Amino acid sequence: MTNPEPRRITADVAIVGTGIAGFAAAVFCLDRGLRAVQLGHAGALAYTTGYFDLLGYDRGRPIEDPWAGLAELGRTWPDHPLARLPRETVERALHRFTEAITDLGIAYVPPGPTNVRALLPTGLAKTTLSIPATMAGGGAALAAKKKTVILDLVGMVGFSAKEFVANFTADWPGLTSARIGFPDLDSGAEAYPEVMARALEVRATRERLAERIRAVVGGAECVGLPAILGVHAPDRVHAAMEELVGLPIFEIPTMPPAVPGLRLRELLEQGMPARGTTLVSQHKAARAELRPDRIDLHYRDNFGEVVVEAATAILATGRFLSGGLAAERTGVRETLFDLPVEQPATRGEWHRDDWFDPRGHAINRAGLLVDDAFRPLGSDGSPVHPRLFAAGAILAGQDWVRQRCGAGLAIATARAAVEGAARASGR
Amino acid sequence: MTHDADVLIIGGGVTGCGIQRDLALRGIRSILIDKGDLNAGASGGNHGLLHSGGRYAASDTETAAECRIEGDILKRVAPRAIDDCGGLFVAVEGDDAGFAERFGERCAAAGIDCTPLSVDDARRMEPAISERAFAAYAVPDASVDPFRLTIEQVADARRLADSVFLPHTEVVGFDIDGGRIVAARCRDTKSGEVRIIRARQFVNAAGAWSMTVARLAGCDDVHVVYSKGTLVIANTRLTRRVVNRLRPSGDGDILVPGGTVSLLGTTSDTIADLDVVRPTPEEVDRNIDEGAALIPALAHTRFIRAFAGVRPLLLPSGGIGADGRKASRGFTLFDHLDQGLENFATIAGGKLTTFRLMAERTGDLVATRLGNREPCRTAVEPLPALERSSWTEPGHSARVWIAAKNPADNILCECEMVPKSTVDAVSEDAPGAEPQMPLRAIGVRSRIGKGTCQGSFCSLRVTSHLYDRGTYGGREGLALMRDFLAERYKGTRPVLWGAQMPQAELAETLHCGLSGLDLIDDHGEDGAP
Repeated sequence: MTNPEPRRITADVAIVGTGIAGFAAAVFCLDRGLRAVQLGHAGALAYTTGYFDLLGYDRGRPIEDPWAGLAELGRTWPDHPLARLPRETVERALHRFTEAITDLGIAYVPPGPTNVRALLPTGLAKTTLSIPATMAGGGAALAAKKKTVILDLVGMVGFSAKEFVANFTADWPGLTSARIGFPDLDSGAEAYPEVMARALEVRATRERLAERIRAVVGGAECVGLPAILGVHAPDRVHAAMEELVGLPIFEIPTMPPAVPGLRLRELLEQGMPARGTTLVSQHKAARAELRPDRIDLHYRDNFGEVVVEAATAILATGRFLSGGLAAERTGVRETLFDLPVEQPATRGEWHRDDWFDPRGHAINRAGLLVDDAFRPLGSDGSPVHPRLFAAGAILAGQDWVRQRCGAGLAIATARAAVEGAARASGR
Repeated sequence: MTHDADVLIIGGGVTGCGIQRDLALRGIRSILIDKGDLNAGASGGNHGLLHSGGRYAASDTETAAECRIEGDILKRVAPRAIDDCGGLFVAVEGDDAGFAERFGERCAAAGIDCTPLSVDDARRMEPAISERAFAAYAVPDASVDPFRLTIEQVADARRLADSVFLPHTEVVGFDIDGGRIVAARCRDTKSGEVRIIRARQFVNAAGAWSMTVARLAGCDDVHVVYSKGTLVIANTRLTRRVVNRLRPSGDGDILVPGGTVSLLGTTSDTIADLDVVRPTPEEVDRNIDEGAALIPALAHTRFIRAFAGVRPLLLPSGGIGADGRKASRGFTLFDHLDQGLENFATIAGGKLTTFRLMAERTGDLVATRLGNREPCRTAVEPLPALERSSWTEPGHSARVWIAAKNPADNILCECEMVPKSTVDAVSEDAPGAEPQMPLRAIGVRSRIGKGTCQGSFCSLRVTSHLYDRGTYGGREGLALMRDFLAERYKGTRPVLWGAQMPQAELAETLHCGLSGLDLIDDHGEDGAP
C-alpha cells in the first residue's frame, strides 16, 4: 500500500552518495554535530582494493612524497581539486577518516609523511598513503626482501600465487608460492573470497586453515594470502591466524567481488547509523528541487515517496559507474540536478588512442567545476545554489584512477564540502 | 631457424587459409605465415555477410553472379560457419524510387533469386524495419563466421597434409636466383628472430599488404587501393535476416545478424597508410545516423564494440581511383611471369564470399606448376567438424563444459561461459598454438573477450590461469594481457557512451588501479596533464 502524502525528513545536510566521499562527509558531519541524511546505493565502494591513496603517480611516475606532490600539483595543475585545498585540511581529513574507519573495525596504518609501497595481485607494487593493518606487512616484507611464501587457494579464480611470484622475482628473490585448499571448499569448484572470509570468522575454520598453511610454509619467514581474513573483524581474524600459524601474515587485494571493499561497505553501512547518521541505503535520490532556503531530495521506498528537506546538500554521486554522470552519444550530463559538466567539446576527444597512455583520458577529467567552497558552478560561472556542494570523483580536473588519488580526493573534498555546508546552514 | 615446404603462402586471411586447404586436398603440404595472426586484416574486419549478389546486381553483374554461385557452394560445404538466414533489400523515404524499381530485373540478370515483397510483408518478417519503407525484396543473403571458416580450413589442412600455420612471421625479403624465388627471409615479429622459409612455390595472399609483398619480390604489377570500412556491433540481434538498404552503397546501409548480435556497416574511406586502422567515433556516428533511417531502433541500441577493416581493392594497372565503393570487387590472379618470376603468384582483390574461388584459381596454378594433376575439391568436400576449430562458436564451450560435469573446471569468462579446459585446449591444440600463447591469440580462437565485458574481467582470470599452468613464467604474461586489452579497446573506444561508459570506468580501475598495467613500462613523457 502506498501513502499518497509523501513522508518528510529534515536534515542539516543531505549527502547524496554512499562511496568513500559520501561516508567521509557523514563522518565529518557527525564531528560537527550536523544532522546528516545519507542516500545512495553503495555500489562502487565494493571495487576498492582497501588502499587509501592520496597522490601516488604523476603520468606513470611514482611519487614518494605526496605532500610535495600536492605542492607541485598546485604549480602544474592548479585546477586539480586537491591542489585547491590547504595541506592542513587534507592532512586533518585523512587522519580523521582513517581513525574513524579504525574505530568502526578496520584498523588502518595512519597516514605518514611519505607514501608506502602496497602489493597488487599481479605481482607489482604501487605507492599509496594508508594501508589496512591486515595488508601492511606486504610492503614491509618486500622492502626487507623477507623469505615469503605466497599462497593461493584451490578454486579461487583470478588470483595466482605463481603469477605474483613470477612478476616479483627480480625484486624479491626469497619469494615462493604454494597452493592450499580452503577447509570444506577444496573440491576445485569455484571458491569465493567472501565465503572464505566469513568462514574464517569461526575459530574452528581458522584452526584447520592454519594447519594447512603450516604444512606448506617450509622455511618462509612470512606468509602472503589473498584478502580473505574475515569481513567484520579482520584485525581479530588476522591476529588469530598469525598466532596459529606462528608467522607474520599479510593480505593481498584481489579482483572484485573482493573482501576489502565488502568490509568497508558493511562496516560503514552498519556503523554509521549506530553513530547517528540517517542512512537510506539501497535508495537513490530520484529527483531534487533547489528551493531558495533549502534543497529537497525525493526518493521512493516500499511505502511510497519520501522527501528529504535539507538545509544543505552534498553531491557525492561519483562518476559513470556510480551513476553521478551519464554519457550520451552527444555529451556528458550530471544526473540529479542536471548541473553543467565541464567536458571535451566532442566525443572524439574523450579518449586517447592508447588505453594505457600514462597521460590518461580527457573524459576522466570531465566533471563538475566548483568554487573555493566546493559549490558547483552554473554556466554563468557563479554557484548554482548557495547551499549545494559537491565532493569526490564527480569533480572536474582530476584523474583519480591514474593519479592514484581516489581516497584522498574523496575524503579531503568531503571535508571541504562539509565545512561549506556548516557555514551555509549557520551551524 | 629454417623451414621447408612445397609451398609458402603469405597471409593468414580467409584466402590464404583457403589456399592452404585447397592445396592440402590435392596432397600438397604448405606453410602459411602471417605477420600478425589469423584474420588480422580484412578477413576479421568485415560484417560476415555471405552475399547473395544483390548488393552488386545494379553495378557489377559478373561479381553478383560469382557471389551467387560461391554462396551456394559455401552453404553446402561449410554449414557450421553459416547462418542461412536470408536477406531483405528495403528502400525508405528519400531513396531513389527508380533504383528500387529496377532492382528485381538487375538481380534476375545475375541469376539471383529475388522476390518482391509488399512493405507490410517485409515489416511482418522484420518488425524492426522503419515504417517509412516503400519498397522491399527478399534475397538469399546469409551470414558467415569468418573466424570459424578460417580456423576450420587451417585445422583441416593440418589433418590432411601436415600443413603448418606460423603466426607473427613477416616476410622481409626474398632470395631470388635465376627467375625463381628460393627462400623467403622472415622475421618473427614477437621475438625478432630470423626465419628462412624455403619452398618450391610462393603465394602472396596478403590482402591489403599484397602490393607490399609483391614489391619485395620485385614485382610492380599489383596495384591496390586501401578502402577503410568501419562497422559497429549491437549487443542484441535486431533482425532475423540480413537487412540491406535498397539504394547505391553508402554508410550504414546494412545490418547483418551474427549469432546473438547484429553488425551495422559500413563506411568507406580511402586511406593511404595501413599502419593505423582504427574505428573512430565519427565513423560510428555516421553508421548509426544512416542505419537508424532503415532500422530506427539503432538510434538507442547498446553497442558493444566497433571495428575497422581495410578492403584491398584492385585497380586496373596504373589507374588510381578516389572512390573505393566504385572500384571492382573482382579479383585477379597474377602469375608474375612478365615480372621475370616463374614460381610466384599473387591473388588480390575479391571478397569474403568469393574466397573459395580465389583459392581454387590459385591452387590450380600452383598445382600445375608443381606437376600435381589433382583437381580442386573444395567445392565438394565439406569442412569437417574438428574439436580444435570449434571454440569460436558461441555456446560450444559451455555445452562441452556442461556435458563434462566437472565443477573443478572453473569458468574463466563468465560472459561467454568459457572454462579453464577450453583455454587449455586452445593453448595446446588450436591452429597456430604455441608454448607462450598470447592472450590475443587465445581470443581469436575462442570466445574469450567477445562478451559484453569485452575481456575486462576474464583477461585477469585467464592470465592468472596461464601463469598457473606454466604458459608464462615472467613479466611477459602481463605484457600480453596489456596487449590484448589495448587491442580490445580500439574497438570499444568509439562506442563508449550509455551503458558502455560505466563498464569502461570499471575496466580502468581493474586494469590500472588493481593490476597496475599502466605502470609496467614507460610510454615516454611528452604529455602534460
